[in-house]
Amino acid sequence: MSLEFSEKTKKKIEEIIARYPQKEAALLPVLHVTQQEFGFISAVQEKMVAQILGIKPIRVRELVTFYTMLSRESLGKYHIQVCTNLSCHLLGADNFVDYLVEKLGIEPGETTPDKKFTLSKVECLGACERAPCMMINFNYYGEMDPKKVDEILDGLK
Amino acid sequence: MKEKVLTEHFGLESLYKIDVYQKQGGYRATEKALKKMKPAEILEEVKKANLRGRGGAGFPAGVKWSFVPETDKPKYLCVNADEGEPGTFKDRYIMSHNPHMLLEGIIITSFCVGISAAFIYIRGEYEAIALRLEQAISEAYEKGFLGKNILESGFDLDVYVHRGAGAYICGEETALLESLEGKRGNPRLKPPFPASVGLWQCPTVINNVETISNISHIILNGAEWFVKQGLPKDGGTRIFGVSGMVKNPGIYELPLGTSLKDIIFKHAGGMKEGKKLKAVIPGGMSAPILTADEVDIKMDFDSLVEANSMLGSAAIIVIDDKTSILDVLKVVAKFYSHESCGQCTPCRIGNSWINKIVKRIAEGKGKKEDLDSILRLASNIEGNTLCPLGDAAAMPIVSITKKFRKELESKL
Repeated sequence: MSLEFSEKTKKKIEEIIARYPQKEAALLPVLHVTQQEFGFISAVQEKMVAQILGIKPIRVRELVTFYTMLSRESLGKYHIQVCTNLSCHLLGADNFVDYLVEKLGIEPGETTPDKKFTLSKVECLGACERAPCMMINFNYYGEMDPKKVDEILDGLK
Repeated sequence: MKEKVLTEHFGLESLYKIDVYQKQGGYRATEKALKKMKPAEILEEVKKANLRGRGGAGFPAGVKWSFVPETDKPKYLCVNADEGEPGTFKDRYIMSHNPHMLLEGIIITSFCVGISAAFIYIRGEYEAIALRLEQAISEAYEKGFLGKNILESGFDLDVYVHRGAGAYICGEETALLESLEGKRGNPRLKPPFPASVGLWQCPTVINNVETISNISHIILNGAEWFVKQGLPKDGGTRIFGVSGMVKNPGIYELPLGTSLKDIIFKHAGGMKEGKKLKAVIPGGMSAPILTADEVDIKMDFDSLVEANSMLGSAAIIVIDDKTSILDVLKVVAKFYSHESCGQCTPCRIGNSWINKIVKRIAEGKGKKEDLDSILRLASNIEGNTLCPLGDAAAMPIVSITKKFRKELESKL
């Protein structure tokens, strides 16, 4: 399978590389745009990124396996990340996760068969005053309860 | 005399736009610093202000800057916006409400230290805030506060936003540098300290968002004024982030030295209906826990050290009497076991064992010797790792286990 970055992404990558005195420093930001374009970073994308930055693919894998926001597998259209750290835990994050597990019919770490939702339990998202909180893709939602999440999820196409 | 410094104008809806910020007196500090002050004078002022690091360690910012050697190498500024310490969300407020205050701090700091490139390392989840920062940066370029020959002072500065990707360890300053260089966030051995050998082996200043955001206020109002906002050895206010079982969770900017009891019961509205105070984590999850009897304490670096805890990131997590302490310990142990970078054996193995033991206790299969095993493992982590994550894990785990031993024993 031969894949290529879109022209827009190629341009973005060039801009990113220009920020740093050393090309390798662009690796993490380039992986962000790669994931944005393809939805995940598999061996194919690793090679593409390595080629652009003039590094070995293993250097790319080192990062993909270290940073939790980088995914090696395709995720659902909506990635629901529920914080289960202390402030959210105190305000019922576990029950909230249980509710989502039941509602979506998947366990944390899984994706619905229609590829619409991926559910993850994550560590602190930095929105503790809005506990229990979650993210859907890059949007934050706070003070979650079953009713609120029903409304939010039902509004997603 | 005591007033809000950092959050004063947060109520203004479009404060994040440069025009609105300038109407509130924004960028006057930059003009003063670049046109009327010498770098050495700025350094002296910041030192006198006793501005201590707001990220967690509390190291005096001016002293840190003074460690940067004279050299022909480029120097860098890294602003730590990783904000991963559980319970902490203050920097998110600063960056989303008032990004230009941060930029002013960056400009003045860079001018003072002789830096021409600054990176804001922001946690990956804060994508929307990263975009807001980039917008603010481009506004500052347009108005001539960034770029070449800023305000005709001959001083050049470029600022970039660099997003992390979900690793608590990257809030540790040397891990942050590794991450910025495009590597895994494995902390470096210190010394050498980043001030002399940092980003790309060049001298690098690393300061937290809140620390840097104080700089423009120190320049405008002077060190003496700044010290008066807090304590003699601990100048300024602090943005306390309160979360957990209180009525009004949120940020509260208060003078350093404000009582923890007042923060919880006056400012944050007290406990939620029907809940009683059981314990408080006063400075982000890494800070040793305080029991309900210990909350009559001043919130400043030295008072908390005396109480065998720490002010850390000033993130206050309030725990109620209905919460089982074993549950708290479970969350803490899981977190550090998950976030250990794996480089140092005591942290990697120790935290994973502690996590397994705590999980076993929670499943009702605890053994008599388990609590002592946890304490022994924690003592083998503390002080035996390259970076402070080891200590950060051991401190809460030991304090929870010791202070709530009876409750934990009842679960064995």
